[in-house]
Amino acid sequence: MQELLRVEDLTTHIFTPAGVVRAVEGVSLRIRPSEAVALVGESGCGKSMTALSLMRLVRPPVRILGGRVWFKGRDLLALSEAEMRMVRGGEIAMVFQDPMTFLNPVFRVGDQVAEAICIHQGLGRRAAEAGALEALRHVKIPAPEAVVHYYPHQLSGGMRQRVLIAMAVACRPALLIADEPTTALDVTIQAQIMALLSDIRRELGSALLLISHDLGLVAEYCDRVYVMYAGEIVEEADVFGLFKGPQHPYTAALLKSSLNIDHRVAAFEAIEGQPPNLIAPPPGCRFHPRCPRAFEPCSRSAPPVVTLEGGRVARCWLHEDGR
Amino acid sequence: MQSRFLTYLFRRVLQAVPLLLLVVVITFLLVHAAPGDPVDVLSGQMETAPEYREQLRREFGLDRPLYVQLGRYVAKVTSLDLGYSLRYRVDVFDLIMSRLPATLLLMGTSLVLSSAIGILLGAFAARHPYSAADNAATLVALAGYSMPVFWLGQLLLLLFALNLGWFPTQGMASLRAPAEGWGRAFDIAHHLALPALTYSVYNLTLIFRLTRARMQETLAEDYITTARAKGVSEGAVVFRHALRNALLPVVTVIGLTFGFMLAGSVLTETVFAWPGLGRLMYEAIMARDYPILMGLFIFISSLVIVANVITDVIYALIDPRVVYK
Ligand SMILES: Nc1ncnc2c1ncn2[C@@H]1O[C@H](COP(=O)(O)OP(=O)(O)O)[C@@H](O)[C@H]1O
Ligand code: SF4
Ligand SMILES: [Mg+2]
Repeated sequence: MQELLRVEDLTTHIFTPAGVVRAVEGVSLRIRPSEAVALVGESGCGKSMTALSLMRLVRPPVRILGGRVWFKGRDLLALSEAEMRMVRGGEIAMVFQDPMTFLNPVFRVGDQVAEAICIHQGLGRRAAEAGALEALRHVKIPAPEAVVHYYPHQLSGGMRQRVLIAMAVACRPALLIADEPTTALDVTIQAQIMALLSDIRRELGSALLLISHDLGLVAEYCDRVYVMYAGEIVEEADVFGLFKGPQHPYTAALLKSSLNIDHRVAAFEAIEGQPPNLIAPPPGCRFHPRCPRAFEPCSRSAPPVVTLEGGRVARCWLHEDGR
Repeated sequence: MQSRFLTYLFRRVLQAVPLLLLVVVITFLLVHAAPGDPVDVLSGQMETAPEYREQLRREFGLDRPLYVQLGRYVAKVTSLDLGYSLRYRVDVFDLIMSRLPATLLLMGTSLVLSSAIGILLGAFAARHPYSAADNAATLVALAGYSMPVFWLGQLLLLLFALNLGWFPTQGMASLRAPAEGWGRAFDIAHHLALPALTYSVYNLTLIFRLTRARMQETLAEDYITTARAKGVSEGAVVFRHALRNALLPVVTVIGLTFGFMLAGSVLTETVFAWPGLGRLMYEAIMARDYPILMGLFIFISSLVIVANVITDVIYALIDPRVVYK
């Protein structure tokens, strides 16, 4: 299988005074060119840390302890800072969760978009400004000629998210990472923004890593899914397979909690039990205190990562015999 | 946008007028709250000729009701008549104006120096928090912050002027220096160095500490992650994306310290015999020259009010979120 991105054994910890938060613990994932992949899991399981780590955007006290991030044949974790800067925003771009806080309040939005173009396309100021205008038009912002001169606080949440998307796609990245891009938005515009994001990345042929807890969005827009729990990937499957038959009890719980009243899949609600403390995760299977199907090996030793039929993967003792 | 800003500017200036009036009224009340005859205060409490006392009585309408007196006083002050100093035998306003350039030069130099250095050091320290250099800078800043101005001034004077002889001990110009051109400029700068340094230490440490704290907070903001995620270099992240946001409260504080600086000018200018407003105030206090003191009170209060208006306007210019109302 030809791959655009292959993350191997990525480990990122946060060194807090209260202890070491094991936010990302040996995560591996693959994304093919133009493929849409979802990363799902409860809040606090390490999704954002995974994304920030593979962009090398973490700062102390967060540290990447190990792993490889192969992208177009190069290990991003081994690049120099200057080389990595060319990747960020150029070949891999990111759309963040909260458009209210992810735009700089004291710069005009046009300039913020133009800056990315300046950096990656080596254009002069004038050309970059024209590019920014084009990018705003691309994300269907009404009256882009006026909006380039606006400051973020003069725009609605949906418009700001469009600006962030414009900034991310302006340099035609090969991979677009979207970290809960619609979570902070009004329900009425969530669908519009997601459709826009999906249209643009199809048009550009970019791959997508969508971080979300809305399984409805995942079903609609993604080809494959990684399910994350307490810093680990616990299941990997194609979207159809996952919804038809979850192989990991945690995935099953997520699916169950995300069926809304009219039996359509949506954002999952709280599942039973407390999410684990990542400073001292439970021994054995990290899910065992909450798992309805836990049995005796689960609390003693870490479950095997089993590759199942059709290339699906599950990390669970139930599949020890490979079924 | 342009016209809304001008309206805002106009409004801010208008809002300062009642404050200025209040300062004049307070001065007036102080004169009348003082025990004894207001003429003693207005004349500078010297042995004054009866004719002059009579003239003051007429001029201020001291035999008329209080509100008439207040009206006359306000009218006098607004026409820039701050009274007459018998000691110097000059008009108080003229005297203040003659001392103003020295103070402005000293304050301006140290304000620019301390702001520039404080901001740069603060930004640098925030980029490398808890490094050896940062810890050292923080410690030095704490020392500078808590050091009394007159003590520091005398220390510098003793070391660099008296012992080492690198700088002149007092005044703003040497008698033998050229009267114009670069020679004169250099001579003044030479005299300026120590008082400006003394004057700057407190502000420098204040601005350093504030910038460092604000920069650290700003560097943790989400939009900084956005900037890094689009490939912005670390230098541009700090100096373009973070600094402008971090400086917003710093600008306000620089504006507010203006008032403290004027207060500090009494100490610094006295230690270095710098011929400015602070030194004038010291002289006036020593001589109990009330006309000068009242004039200085009104004048300095007005300067502080004007400085606050300017600060607000600058803030509005650099923070697009300020609503002009
Ligand atoms: N700066 C930080 N300091 C301490 N803990 C953090 C910090 N940032 C994130 N964490 C912890 O790391 C874990 C993973 O966080 P994150 O990746 O943001 O989760 P999510 O899956 O919701 O995106 C969470 O348990 C969170 O509490
Ligand atoms: S390993 Fe055990 S506890 Fe963990 S998910 Fe599987 S059955 Fe549940
Ligand atoms: Mg997150």
